Amino acid sequence: MLEILSFPVFFLIICSFYAICCLGLNIQYGFTGLFNVGIAGFFGVGAYTSAILSGPRYPDTLIGGFELPIILSWLAAIVISAFSGLLVGFITLRLREDFLAISTFGVAITLQLMALNLESITRGPNGLYGLPKPLSDWSEDPVVDNILFLLIAFAVIAALYLSLERIYKSPWGRVLRSIREDESAAEAMGKNVFSYRLQAFVLGCAIMGLSGAMYASFMRFISPQDFMPIFTIQVYVMLIAGGKGNNFGAILGALVIWGLWSASDSLIALLVTPDFQTQAAALRLIIIGLVLILMLIYRPAGILPEKKNAGVFR
Amino acid sequence: MIQFLIDGLVNGSIIALGAVGLSISYNVMRFANFAQGEVMAVGAYVSLGVLALMGLGIGKMGPVSFGWPLLVSILFSIMMTSIVVLITDLLVFRRLRDKDSSRITFIIVAFGISLIARNVIHLAAGGDQQFYSFYIPRAVQVFEGLKIVPDDMLILLITVLCVVLMHTFLNRTLIGKKMRSVAENPSLARVIGINVDQVIRGSWILGASLAAVSGTLHAHITQLDPEMGFELILPMFAALIVGGVTSIYGAVLGGLLIGMSEAIAVAIGWSSYRGAVSFLILILVLILRPHGILGEKERDA
Repeated sequence: MLEILSFPVFFLIICSFYAICCLGLNIQYGFTGLFNVGIAGFFGVGAYTSAILSGPRYPDTLIGGFELPIILSWLAAIVISAFSGLLVGFITLRLREDFLAISTFGVAITLQLMALNLESITRGPNGLYGLPKPLSDWSEDPVVDNILFLLIAFAVIAALYLSLERIYKSPWGRVLRSIREDESAAEAMGKNVFSYRLQAFVLGCAIMGLSGAMYASFMRFISPQDFMPIFTIQVYVMLIAGGKGNNFGAILGALVIWGLWSASDSLIALLVTPDFQTQAAALRLIIIGLVLILMLIYRPAGILPEKKNAGVFR
Repeated sequence: MIQFLIDGLVNGSIIALGAVGLSISYNVMRFANFAQGEVMAVGAYVSLGVLALMGLGIGKMGPVSFGWPLLVSILFSIMMTSIVVLITDLLVFRRLRDKDSSRITFIIVAFGISLIARNVIHLAAGGDQQFYSFYIPRAVQVFEGLKIVPDDMLILLITVLCVVLMHTFLNRTLIGKKMRSVAENPSLARVIGINVDQVIRGSWILGASLAAVSGTLHAHITQLDPEMGFELILPMFAALIVGGVTSIYGAVLGGLLIGMSEAIAVAIGWSSYRGAVSFLILILVLILRPHGILGEKERDA
């Protein structure tokens, strides 16, 4: 009976990592209008932080083997990704908006190079393995383990959703939106635009780091392969398809786009002969790019557009 | 060491050419075109196609392995790349301009286009590395300890030529002056009767031509693969920002600086971090001198 649940549970867990990233990006891009191209990087920072702090001692690394409780490693991941977001944001958020895009793009590339080459910490391309998974000693059955993990993921998403909804409606959230709509007007109202932008950016990066930490604990193995630039594009497609600025849209977008993505996975495996698998993969990326562009041209507000409550912000 | 610096100069001049192309779209259309690397890749692959169709190899001219077939393919590549970007502009970017989309929307769309272009190249030409020719140019000994490949010198020469041409174009021709005025103040330019759409089309062609040249040169001294553009985009942006976004000489200076720094990184054994060098320099410049070496402080519009 549990066997039937195995696939949907796995699907929903992967989906929840994307959904959490979408919620983080929604603060940055949806609320405040910041363009972060380094999602994969901040997700990776969280994943590696939690893996190093909670993971076992490896014979070939210099540091590690702390074997901290998982929850502590997740908190540390949040703090470290927030801190890396603070560093990048502090340098770039005062400048033209596209400098943030270019810098975060560089952050993602540099972090991936570090993950690949700092072998005494990350084990390079071999990755970190044998990471602990929360609640996995409660049952012998891996499906039960996954169901328990899914419950944790749901709880995290629910908590984030409720907090972000509050933030969106709070005075703080209103300032973020006013910066997005008209920076000079917000400045004229006496708001420190730089400081608000930095806060929003750091908060978003922290949430992405949490998602990465959860990913590491669930997969029990991470390697630089998991943090490719395509991850960043996927999260953008999800948020834009779902509805930027709308927290429920962010979650829905993750569900819909990841659904289509995995459906096409099965379809490719079923229909395409092994000789043409790479071509089929390229075709799928072309389609993802087209979805992104067509959404931005014809339906920039997404499936669930942002509810612009007061008339003040149009 | 001098050997490494010369390699850096050659790589840097290719980055510089790409960055000059990037600065055109950055200043005229006012967005960071993340697809410029893929425009270079398209240029390089069109040259590959033309060379394959002619079947004459890349030819030879005196000491350099750069004959008329390669020259013909560059010219053809300039044409094809320009057509491709104009079609993209017509189908995509013009619609965004008409809808008055935000600058961020333009950047995200450029990201989408670069993803599509990379994978179209993958489908059309395969994912393997390819070469224009398997001929390895012989280095000439200049003096003890310094060998120069004549092809590298030709690339430096072409870069200088392109920059001089660009300078003349932007300062002496009418369309060039129009471009500069749109870059300076688009609404004012429109008010005095400049056809902004025409200027934007012109700047796409200019950017694509530079990309076709630099992409082909890059492929000539290294190799082609679908990811080549993606690997060049960060060094090019870094060059642009380091030099100062408003100046094409800044882009050239920045490109040479990035190229040399990458060469130094390789020389001291940090070759696995080569890709991060441009990011490091970029961050340093953003901290110390955010308007770049030659850039002017942006006026508040």
